[in-house]
Amino acid sequence: MMPDLGKYADVVLASYVVSLGLIVVLVVASVLRSRKAKADLQKIEARLKDGA
Amino acid sequence: MSIWKYANPVTFIRTTDRLLPWLSVAAVLCLATGLIWGFFFTPDDFRQGSTVKIIYLHVPSALMAINIWLMMLVASLVWIVRRHHVSALAARAAAPIGATMTVIALATGALWGQPMWGTWWVWDPRLTSFLILFLFYLGYIALWSAIEDDDTAADLTSILCLVGSVFAILSRYAVNFWNQGLHQGASVMRAGAITGSDTEEKVSNVFFYPMAVSALGFILLFVALVFLRTQTEIRTRRARALLAREQST
Amino acid sequence: MIALLMRDLRLAVRAGGGFGLGLAFFLIVTVLVPFGVGPENELLSKIAPGVLWIGALLACLLSLDRIFALDWEDGSLDLLATAPLPMEGIVSIKALAHWITTGLPLVLAAPALGVLLSLPPTGYLWVVVSLLLGTPALSVIGTFGAALTVSLKRGGLLMSLLVLPLYVPTLIFGAEVARRGAMGLTVETPLLMLAGISFGAIALLPFASAAVLRINLR
Repeated sequence: MMPDLGKYADVVLASYVVSLGLIVVLVVASVLRSRKAKADLQKIEARLKDGA
Repeated sequence: MSIWKYANPVTFIRTTDRLLPWLSVAAVLCLATGLIWGFFFTPDDFRQGSTVKIIYLHVPSALMAINIWLMMLVASLVWIVRRHHVSALAARAAAPIGATMTVIALATGALWGQPMWGTWWVWDPRLTSFLILFLFYLGYIALWSAIEDDDTAADLTSILCLVGSVFAILSRYAVNFWNQGLHQGASVMRAGAITGSDTEEKVSNVFFYPMAVSALGFILLFVALVFLRTQTEIRTRRARALLAREQST
Repeated sequence: MIALLMRDLRLAVRAGGGFGLGLAFFLIVTVLVPFGVGPENELLSKIAPGVLWIGALLACLLSLDRIFALDWEDGSLDLLATAPLPMEGIVSIKALAHWITTGLPLVLAAPALGVLLSLPPTGYLWVVVSLLLGTPALSVIGTFGAALTVSLKRGGLLMSLLVLPLYVPTLIFGAEVARRGAMGLTVETPLLMLAGISFGAIALLPFASAAVLRINLR
């Protein structure tokens, strides 16, 4: 399945690993922050509703 | 009905919530198709060997690095002229994505340059302007996070974005003048370096189609991320506003 | 306007105003370079124009946060804002004062430091000319950066991050003029570009700086 990359295998693989790694980090960070923001806002809104 | 109705944060969140799953799926599909097609099912270039496979990451990320800055410029202008908060927040949300894209373009470029030019880095106009672009992203992000008052931060960063754009273009020409480089011209539309086996003045179609799909994937990924991150910014700001109101009563 | 200019100049010259600090910094940077790269005259004369430009640029950067910081702290900036003077005028005067107290001395000191770096004889004229044309741009761009970060407690580092990328075109063309001049080549194109950047920055950036300052004073 793996194509023959010849003598440049390490460079090609490294660039794929680096790029995909960075993208995954960015996506995961964004999703985590989004979840946290959503939860925080819900908590605050629920508390305000109870208090009012 | 105009585009401005999406300037309402609630409408924005509702609409993007509906769009996000579709966008994410489409982004993953396009990225996977483009990259797998490119990685496994394209031939090696007869001069560059398997390193052409880097093109499926390098060109789309470089495209995005520049276009995200343009998007931030437009969003900043919209904020200055029409004072829509969503617009300012979208610019803020986009900046880290742009910085990441610049890093990817630089990293893949360095990895590609090593076997082809025999060096990781040269002070070539294109490489140098990308490095400068990265510095602009850093400054922009740093200014956003340094200022506490949201509206002040939005105003200041949008002016920085305008001034920065002018100077980024100036730098591009200055750098061009300063050193003629190794990097080929924009080879997607012309140039002979990646011609593969055919001799026309263009990236050969074998390489072009998977790259286009991958670029589409990058664009969709960016849109999805901007929607998500803008939502996050809206929610954090609302949470902060609620807390502030609570404390003042 | 002239009163404001004189006031700023007096404040800068007075003890603790930072006048001369930039000069001393410029001197130290140029003295340190031979320690870093070795004492060969040949190498030094080759890099001298660039070193002089970098040194001047850093010395300029060092004194930027003084442009607004003191006036911001003691509230005189608010007074100035309510004065009949337009904000653009205030900003321009501030930049001019910064140039007179920092930029001009650097230009005058550059030939003397050129001797230390064994600058080729043909280079002196062009180093001075390029700095004379370029330092006003550095002052005006720096004023913009200082205005952006004036409300921040420790804005110095952030300001460097914001200002340095903006300095790139000026540095490239300025150093190119000096380098070509030192090598006896024609300097026309970079000289014109440098002049263009300088005059463009002087003409347009005060509007941006004034807008930014108004936002910060809100």
